[in-house]
Amino acid sequence: MSEKPKTYYEIAVEKGYSRRDFMKFSAMMAAMLGLESSAIGKVAKALETKTRLPVIWLHGQECTCCSESFIRSSHPLVADILLDKISLDYTETLMAPAGYQAEKSLTETMEKYHGQYVLTVEGSVPLNNEGVYCCIGGRTFEDIIAEAADGAKAVIAWGNCASAGCVQASKPNPTGATPIHKLINGKPVINVQGCPPIADIMAGVLVHILTFDRLPELDRLGRPKAFYSKRVHDTCYRRPNYDAGLFVESFDDGNAKQGYCLYKMGCRGPVTYNACGVTQWNNGVSFPIRSGHPCLGCSEANFWDNGPFYRHLTSIPGFGIESTADKVGLGLGIATGVGLVAHAISTNIRKRQLINTKECKPEEDKTNES
Amino acid sequence: MHPVYVWELPVRFFHWINALSVVTLIITGYLMGTPPAIQSSLEASNSYWFGTIRLIHFIAAYAFFFNFLVRIYWGFVGNRFANWKNFIPYRKRQWRDMWEIFRVDVFQVKCEDNPNLGHNALASFVYFLLFLVFVLTVLTGFGLYSASSGAWFSSLFTWVPVLLGGDMATRNIHHILMWFFIIFAIIHIYLVFYHDYIDWNGTMSSIIGGWKFQEEGKEEREKELEK
Repeated sequence: MSEKPKTYYEIAVEKGYSRRDFMKFSAMMAAMLGLESSAIGKVAKALETKTRLPVIWLHGQECTCCSESFIRSSHPLVADILLDKISLDYTETLMAPAGYQAEKSLTETMEKYHGQYVLTVEGSVPLNNEGVYCCIGGRTFEDIIAEAADGAKAVIAWGNCASAGCVQASKPNPTGATPIHKLINGKPVINVQGCPPIADIMAGVLVHILTFDRLPELDRLGRPKAFYSKRVHDTCYRRPNYDAGLFVESFDDGNAKQGYCLYKMGCRGPVTYNACGVTQWNNGVSFPIRSGHPCLGCSEANFWDNGPFYRHLTSIPGFGIESTADKVGLGLGIATGVGLVAHAISTNIRKRQLINTKECKPEEDKTNES
Repeated sequence: MHPVYVWELPVRFFHWINALSVVTLIITGYLMGTPPAIQSSLEASNSYWFGTIRLIHFIAAYAFFFNFLVRIYWGFVGNRFANWKNFIPYRKRQWRDMWEIFRVDVFQVKCEDNPNLGHNALASFVYFLLFLVFVLTVLTGFGLYSASSGAWFSSLFTWVPVLLGGDMATRNIHHILMWFFIIFAIIHIYLVFYHDYIDWNGTMSSIIGGWKFQEEGKEEREKELEK
């Protein structure tokens, strides 16, 4: 047990990866992070010399799609090195121990690596009714998070649940689902947005912390700028069709195959910040828009409340489910027109004398004022 | 009847640049929100009309914004009809006048000759609200634009979508505000006809030439109102 802790490179070699595989992984990660080519050496050096980064991965109100996405990372080294139980000290879904042993390993890690471990959270925290809607090992998730965050050097919120509350926080949010950054004070929280986030982005964020010992640059919403500074729309391969005014009109429209833009099918690409168009999914196989489905905007807060998904204008509350700003606006416009016609008629009757003589009857004043 | 110079040249320029840019913005903006179904045999790379629509929208937006700044400036240096004090109802009599206008012109329960040469109290207040809508529209518009432009000026607005809960919400607010402009324009144009019809003072042409006409003896009342 007391042997020297192994570096990432040593673990990789032990697992049968060649030097070449390792360098490819380092280069891929550097490219993902948007670093210049000289940084490949830095990434490789960090992985060669640094011992494992203790990671605690907690699950709250979520569906585990973030974990599922992560284990499908495009390079096998990601799963093997970063996710394997070697690196993950505690994660409900994938760890070997259960029950008391599992809880023991969590407590041990928190004590042993106090101030060093990275806390990663998948899922939101319910606050209503004292947090009873999510309890693990007899404790509320709120309580667990508070304890785990205390000794963490940084906190990563995986996915929309942990970053913005996702579906359980959509109206009326019965459990009081709350994102992580609203509960943690004084600690940096990285929001790795998406439902789920792209695996390579998740790996990239971890590698960045490992390599540079600091957090990646974040935008105003706490998302790493390297991945979330561009709209899906601006990196979409269908964009030329948008600029040419070529739009898919319905889901059975043959032009969808021709690459026409999905904007009129409610595509959220123009209002969504993510790297889908560049990185794509599952080792660059595809992404929703490429597969013919409009973007749902899953890396944006409130994306469930911004519905319906297949229309671009949200329903206006209080005017019924099918009411868009345009329908309400047109209605108001017509009402205005009718009102003005009535007013014009009234003007011609009531102000006849004024119009004809530029004088008002004195007695008319009296009768109308009383 | 004698002529009074009411709308100075910068005010008239503001009005017409504003009108032109708002109409342009509404047409291009509506097209951007609801693109027409046009089929083309051209390759996408050979056509860019929708991109041009967006470009026109953005250029008109800049024109609209800087034109608005000029008008705000003129509210401090222009004549008494252009002064900013007319627009913000911070005096009791402005509210009282508004009520009078409701009685005389809106519900028409009282007959009175219009004593105002410039904007009346109600119109001024509506313009004040309109200016607030201008500000909101500019904020949401440039906030949305900042993501794709990267220009220094629009990057000053990146905080707007964050504050409003994302680009989707920002976009919706921007879209709803468009309808405010449309409905304002309908009523505004109607009221120009209305006042031209009943006031006999050249309301309609005043926004081109700047002059309105006032009956002898009415001047006293006008001056008194300005106090």
